[in-house]
Amino acid sequence: MAERILKNISLRGLKNAVKGNDYRKEATISYGILIGGYILMQLLIAAGLIGHNLQGQLVPICVYISLAVSLNLVVGISGELSLGHAGFMAVGAFSGILVSRVIGQGISFEPAVVLISMLFAALMASIAGFIIGIPILGLRGDYLAIVTLAFGEIIRNIMNVLYFGLDNGKLKFAFNHTIDGIDSNDRIITGAIGATGTKTMATFTWGLVLCLFTVFIVLNLKNSKQGRAIMSIRDNRIAGESIGLDVRKYKLMAFIVSSALAGMAGCLFGLNYSTLVPMKFNFNTSVLILVFVVLGGVGNIWGGIIAAALLTILPETFRQFADYRMLTYAVVLILVMIGTYNPAIKSRVAAVWSKVKPKKKNKGPGKPKKKKAGKEAA
Amino acid sequence: MNLLTNIISGLSLGSVYAIIALGYTMVYGISKMLNFAHGDVIMIGGYMSFVMTMYMGLNGWLALLVAMVICTLLGITIERLAYRPLRGTGSLAVLITAIGVSYFLQNIALLIWGANPKMFTSLFKGMKPIHVAGGQLTITPESLFTIIANVVIMILLTLFVSKTKAGKAMRAVSEDNGAAQLMGINVNQSISLTFAIGSGLAAVAGVLMLSAYPVLMPTTGAMPGIKAFTAAVFGGIGSIPGAMIGGLILGIIEIFSRAYISTELSDAIVFACLIIVLLVKPTGLLGKKISEKV
Amino acid sequence: MADKRDKEFDAVYDISDPGHGYENRQEIYYNDNVGGRAVFVDSKEQYDPDEPYNDQVYIPEKDRDKAPILEVKGLGIDFGGLTAVDNFNLTLGRTEIGGLIGPNGAGKTTIFNMLTKVYEPTRGEIFFDGKSTKGMNTVDINKAGMARTFQNIRLFDKLTVEENIKVALHHTTNYGLIDGMLHTPKYRHEEFRIRKEAMKYLKIFGMTKTADYRAGSLPYGAQRRLEIMRALATKPKLLLLDEPAAGMNPSETSELMDTIREIRDRFQIGIFLIEHDMSLVMGICEGIVVLNYGRTIAKGWPEDIQRNPKVIEAYLGKSRGKMEEEEEKEKEDLEAAFSKGRLESAPSGKPDTARKESE
Repeated sequence: MAERILKNISLRGLKNAVKGNDYRKEATISYGILIGGYILMQLLIAAGLIGHNLQGQLVPICVYISLAVSLNLVVGISGELSLGHAGFMAVGAFSGILVSRVIGQGISFEPAVVLISMLFAALMASIAGFIIGIPILGLRGDYLAIVTLAFGEIIRNIMNVLYFGLDNGKLKFAFNHTIDGIDSNDRIITGAIGATGTKTMATFTWGLVLCLFTVFIVLNLKNSKQGRAIMSIRDNRIAGESIGLDVRKYKLMAFIVSSALAGMAGCLFGLNYSTLVPMKFNFNTSVLILVFVVLGGVGNIWGGIIAAALLTILPETFRQFADYRMLTYAVVLILVMIGTYNPAIKSRVAAVWSKVKPKKKNKGPGKPKKKKAGKEAA
Repeated sequence: MNLLTNIISGLSLGSVYAIIALGYTMVYGISKMLNFAHGDVIMIGGYMSFVMTMYMGLNGWLALLVAMVICTLLGITIERLAYRPLRGTGSLAVLITAIGVSYFLQNIALLIWGANPKMFTSLFKGMKPIHVAGGQLTITPESLFTIIANVVIMILLTLFVSKTKAGKAMRAVSEDNGAAQLMGINVNQSISLTFAIGSGLAAVAGVLMLSAYPVLMPTTGAMPGIKAFTAAVFGGIGSIPGAMIGGLILGIIEIFSRAYISTELSDAIVFACLIIVLLVKPTGLLGKKISEKV
Repeated sequence: MADKRDKEFDAVYDISDPGHGYENRQEIYYNDNVGGRAVFVDSKEQYDPDEPYNDQVYIPEKDRDKAPILEVKGLGIDFGGLTAVDNFNLTLGRTEIGGLIGPNGAGKTTIFNMLTKVYEPTRGEIFFDGKSTKGMNTVDINKAGMARTFQNIRLFDKLTVEENIKVALHHTTNYGLIDGMLHTPKYRHEEFRIRKEAMKYLKIFGMTKTADYRAGSLPYGAQRRLEIMRALATKPKLLLLDEPAAGMNPSETSELMDTIREIRDRFQIGIFLIEHDMSLVMGICEGIVVLNYGRTIAKGWPEDIQRNPKVIEAYLGKSRGKMEEEEEKEKEDLEAAFSKGRLESAPSGKPDTARKESE
């Protein structure tokens, strides 16, 4: 009803003027999945139907969803292959842990600590994104992919030699274990051993907040001037330049926003474990996030959400088949990729689907009606 | 003398990278895909050689030959089953499939041989190191043979690609797939051949690498794979001499940074060098410039 | 040398025929001394090879009192030793519709690419709106007010038609990244405004109904029109159209001609177009440059071009000393080449009359 009124008062629907149809649909589904999933999980927990293992996975699931959505900004919306997303996650995780330890001494209100840590993590990760983004923007395609991979590895390597400690409330750091005068108990981050003694403040609700925020930012960006510019450059760089789009600026923008969001996710991930090793953020993690994005459908936000959730829950559920678990995962991954991308299979599926699917009104463009332009232009 | 020792071990490690990088670079050249499973073919080659010597009692060299044949077949099979159905669907789908294949190979190895590291017996066991300059400089047979193998492979491969009919067909396919097909070149065959050569070389690289660094695990191939890939990009992906130069430079950088800067940071330094090279030459040292027609 | 060919030329085409509409110019000189350029000069202004040639004469009269929108001097580009374009000169009036024609591979698109700095010219200078474009890149050029379309259509395929135009409006869309990420009231206000503006452009081309379709799914003709709309939405002072009628049928082409004229009249901008369809070029262009092998072989009003032996030669091939014998045949060929009956209905001096006839 309300919608009908809205339609009547505007030119072509005020609703469309502010939010395009596709956008609204995507937003509704994405938020719906997140909130619905959250409520479902809470109910199941209350009913005692969820095992301890899976409960422990709830925060990581949210983190991976958030990472998949933020990586989609680079891979799907900006159209660049990034293989170093775990690097930004690492920056966010460790900077977030540091801040939580430092301000945790003064502030006892936990949500405030988490929030400040996450914001700081976002800031640090976006700085990392900026530093990495600048040189890679001149590169294209697979070269860019390999450089992001390299950066991911560099970040992890540096984490391996970074030492942080609290000395009477003062933060100290060193590039190796010569961090002097600090008792091993006061060390926060000790190189390859990683962060220890972190107070685990991450909760499932924080996970939901993180996911909602990430989806909110990415979807809004997609439906804004900046998002359109980013997508235009993805579709056709030269045409984008010809209408005055600064390619580097917009690519960098997508990259920085994506890494800031990854940093926030990383921070929550870090606050979920009392100990965290840098090894966690290796190439495989980057690849894992990429798999979520690709399996969910490149550029499809809610597809990525579902893929991230399922692919984290399922291996956990089949833990008893540990030996064959990863093998099956690999085979399924290959089969799904072939099934969804092989042209022959794809067209067959599409043919079956078109028979099943009910016909919509505005299905194809058809021949648009042309107005006889320029009658007497004098 | 210390410097010379380092250079030699750098060249040796670099030669391993170069041989692996060849597989990456040739496959990339011909099918424009990042074959992340290549590193795991190395690991399979290593295990095959290990099994042949330990359980079948074969001579190391014979075992190497068997491993090469098996890896060649494996490479062709992977291409046929996993990559061919996705040809022409964009690099992302193939990349993820390659990662799937990589997981698959690692987990197969894990199931068969377990997670415990195996100690690989050097191919050159029994040969004595060469002492030069009154024992101040020692050249291990592993280093020597790896460097020689690299040079021989490079020469043979360059000759193959430039002189033989099959090699020319491969070049034609990597230049323009469609046009090559129209000229009557069997594209499928050329691509299979490329995978066969790349995977066979991976077995060689695996055995040479394990002779020098004898720890064999299901994840043994992963890091050298990534490094070799870096080497291929470093030298200009798609270029055979580029793979050799990239591999050697990378090996030297790695050994030097381990020796003089920091062991933990050596990987970071290697990758940083890659980034610097790409900043100066966006398509690698010997890569071709890509220009887009407007 | 020049005299002899002039006589041949005059013998074939009676240019003094008053019906051709350039009575004010009694004589036409044909000169190929300067860098292979063939120039027609008003008899009143004697041509001097040492003086830079004054292209101003080819600006339509209505634009002569205004500064030209585009001035190109001695433009040239080499691709690894191969000269693709050499010594290209042009002056385009503020609201002129100029045409650039020539056989395939003559370097027409290369000139567009140099004007928009997709390629950096090796030689020469471009003055756009009185300012040199030296040191500018493609983005700066567009910001300065030059927009273009592409020979092989380059749309943002996965965006909708409306979004394609909204992207082009992004310089006039006034909100920042934070507004975009949080959808602030400022964002809503601006989005509403540019949506209305995008609709205005769609209306000119009669494509409002296709607003929500993906650009990649549009039929060919509609894609070409969308590309023009997108270029227009950047609010250019000069519009470069690269083969706007390619792949269109005759009725679509004539519609396009009307549209191009309407754009010019409505927005008062200059238009410079490459086209193979002679009915379009001869029908709407006020000045034409002919290019062959990267060199300008002729320049002038549509009527001059139709009669220029060098142009005919470039399009139809050389007749070796058998001019007299092949006169008739060539005339027929010429008519075929400039099809759509421009020769029969040739006596149209001004584009206005030409348009009326086409309707």
